[in-house]
Amino acid sequence: MPFDAPSDPDAFREEVRAWLEKNCPDSMRTPMPEDEVVWGGRREKFKNPDSKVWLERMAEQGWTAPTWPKAYGGGGLTREQAKILEQEMARIHARTPLFSFGLWMFGPALIEFGNEEQKKRFLPDIVHGKTRWCQGYSEPGAGSDLAGLQTKCEDKGDHYLINGQKVWTSYANEADWIFCLVRTDNTVKHEGISFILFDMESDGVETRPIKLISGSSPFCETFFSDVKVPKDQLVGEVNGGWKIAKRLLQFERSSISASGFGSARGTGILELDEYAKMHVGTDGDGKLLDGDLRGRIADHQMYAKAFSLTVQRSQEQAKAGQEVGHTASIIKYAAAKMNQDKFELMVEALGTEALGWEGEGFDKGAKMTTRGWLRSKGNSIEGGTSEINLNVVSKRVLGLRDHQ
Amino acid sequence: MTFILSEDQEMLRDTAVSFTRDELPVKHLRELRDAGKNGVDPEARQKLAELGFFGVLIPEEYDGVEMSMVAFGQVMEAQGRTLASTPLLQTACIGASAILLGGTEAQKKEWLPKIAAGEVTTALALDETSHHNPAGVATEAERDGQGYTLNGAKKYVQDGHHADVFIVVARTFGEAGDTHGLTLFLVPRDAKGLTVQSLNTVDSHGAAHLTLDGVHVDDSHVLGAADKGMDVLEPVLDRGRIALAAEMLGSSLAAFEMTHEYMQTRKQFGQLIGSFQALQHRAARMFTDLELTTSCIAAALAAVDSQRNDLAELASLAKARASETVHLVSNETVQLHGGIGMTDDHDSGFYMKRARVQEAMLGSASFHRDRYARLNGY
Repeated sequence: MPFDAPSDPDAFREEVRAWLEKNCPDSMRTPMPEDEVVWGGRREKFKNPDSKVWLERMAEQGWTAPTWPKAYGGGGLTREQAKILEQEMARIHARTPLFSFGLWMFGPALIEFGNEEQKKRFLPDIVHGKTRWCQGYSEPGAGSDLAGLQTKCEDKGDHYLINGQKVWTSYANEADWIFCLVRTDNTVKHEGISFILFDMESDGVETRPIKLISGSSPFCETFFSDVKVPKDQLVGEVNGGWKIAKRLLQFERSSISASGFGSARGTGILELDEYAKMHVGTDGDGKLLDGDLRGRIADHQMYAKAFSLTVQRSQEQAKAGQEVGHTASIIKYAAAKMNQDKFELMVEALGTEALGWEGEGFDKGAKMTTRGWLRSKGNSIEGGTSEINLNVVSKRVLGLRDHQ
Repeated sequence: MTFILSEDQEMLRDTAVSFTRDELPVKHLRELRDAGKNGVDPEARQKLAELGFFGVLIPEEYDGVEMSMVAFGQVMEAQGRTLASTPLLQTACIGASAILLGGTEAQKKEWLPKIAAGEVTTALALDETSHHNPAGVATEAERDGQGYTLNGAKKYVQDGHHADVFIVVARTFGEAGDTHGLTLFLVPRDAKGLTVQSLNTVDSHGAAHLTLDGVHVDDSHVLGAADKGMDVLEPVLDRGRIALAAEMLGSSLAAFEMTHEYMQTRKQFGQLIGSFQALQHRAARMFTDLELTTSCIAAALAAVDSQRNDLAELASLAKARASETVHLVSNETVQLHGGIGMTDDHDSGFYMKRARVQEAMLGSASFHRDRYARLNGY
């Protein structure tokens, strides 16, 4: 059972430290190879058995979702306490026990909009990594214009019937359940959308992976034909799904910016100049040989520093009770630009070493950089394109109006 | 809490913002220009002194109001908003800091109360070419019997056209390019052999070229240790750079706000120009840039007060980001105003002209990118 967190921060830190010391397996205090990332769910294989132990212990404490209420399996911690937990984990280089769209996006939205029965039913399984969720938002004709979605949901009396297609559904082929936007009214746009949940093993669900320019397939096309969904799996009101969708997008944007793009954290920033020195070389004074590249790297690093100071400022302002609603879009836009710039500079620093694809003859790390560079092109598209984020800033923050 | 102002700091900011808005609007700078005053207004200087702005960084024992760099940054930002031409940067920040950090007790007692009272203005005479380069000083200070004799020339000295006393950086040892061997001297304007050539500058704030032809100063005029001027100069320059960056943020914000308002009132093709997506995105990009720059300035100001060891890095970050932002915003201000932005009657041009002076002073964006890279070991 999770212990009752002492309110004194120092006492809490001490208890957390002692608990981590006792419970975090040694092999979970090392850098995580890509194939040991734990996404949970029915199909999770736990390549490293320690990662199963680690997930179970953390989940038992509710610490995979430290700030969620204990009633739903969370840790019931305050933001400050969660920060301490994060710091103590970082101190021993503990791995993140669970990666999960349920934790980052769906759970927080369900806590705000779900009914009691739904929260009790779905949230604890997310905390424990038992259910892996995917997001059914984009459609072939509705990407940036998300509210144009057409997937049809009909009321059949004792159940709903869903027909249509989704695209860019991240890891749909590995997910157990989907949180999905569907059209319940054709006559209106935003007000005709509902938010519904269903099992990916339901009859009539088909997924096909999409291969990207980077060679990987994190996304799928997802097809629904006559999928029957019990009525108690609709969240909120019928036709009231848009506000849930928007709130969830905010969670998505901040989780992408905070965790997906490495530049925001110290390590990624330091890497770039070390990386360039290693591959381009230095003069007698330790300066990068390519002066132009050096200037552009410095420019990038200053942008990255400005970015992380802005994230910090926004957190301090929120804590002091100031309005910071406008920062989510700015941060998503800037984080995407920054991560893409970083990869462009890394590829440039590598020179021809960056031009390998697979097999022998190229350094393994260089090949990962190349794949990362290709993958980063998606940063300004996924989770709201940069253009959509600029629209949000100009309309909501700067109050600029549409054409009359 | 690096990013949240205290009540005192907020009060000072509000005072500074309303003072510059009411007493020193862009219109005031325009009037000084049209009257051939070269940015100099003794009456305004007196009012700034009455408000205590010259003494923000000066301890109470020398008649200052002893606040903080964060507080001073609020005054500079307010001044930047209206492009006010005041001696605050050179005197209240650079001059006062140089004397505080390098001066003897006698020098502090002599100068600081006069600075706080607005009775004396100072100007840093450092650069000798068209580009900021502290180590590049070649002006010679030769030891003579009771002091030193100075020979050389200084270029584009901010506030030099009206300063009462100059802080002259000269070389007592080594050669141009060496970071050691520099010494700081307090040289009164009326010193024999000192020629001040007043300059009419693009921003209408004025400046001066100086010629030092056998200027004699005695030992009591040396500021800090001989040959070790860089120990005082570097931290003083960083304070100046951060304060100037705060001023630049103020200019950027004001120019952006003016443009933002225009986008919501000006119609073309029967539509508000602010409804065109191409322009909306440019406004949103500027806004993002302003937000990032705001964070850098706040962090750098606070770093002075808490004496952080990455101060130099944050100073270069603040000055470089502020330079890039003010450059972008001032250009966009002219462009988004269209034809009217090109006219002298409109304020846009004043922001763009002042921006280029701010960018060049105390190190351009490239100077600070280079310094940032060096401080980070590459």
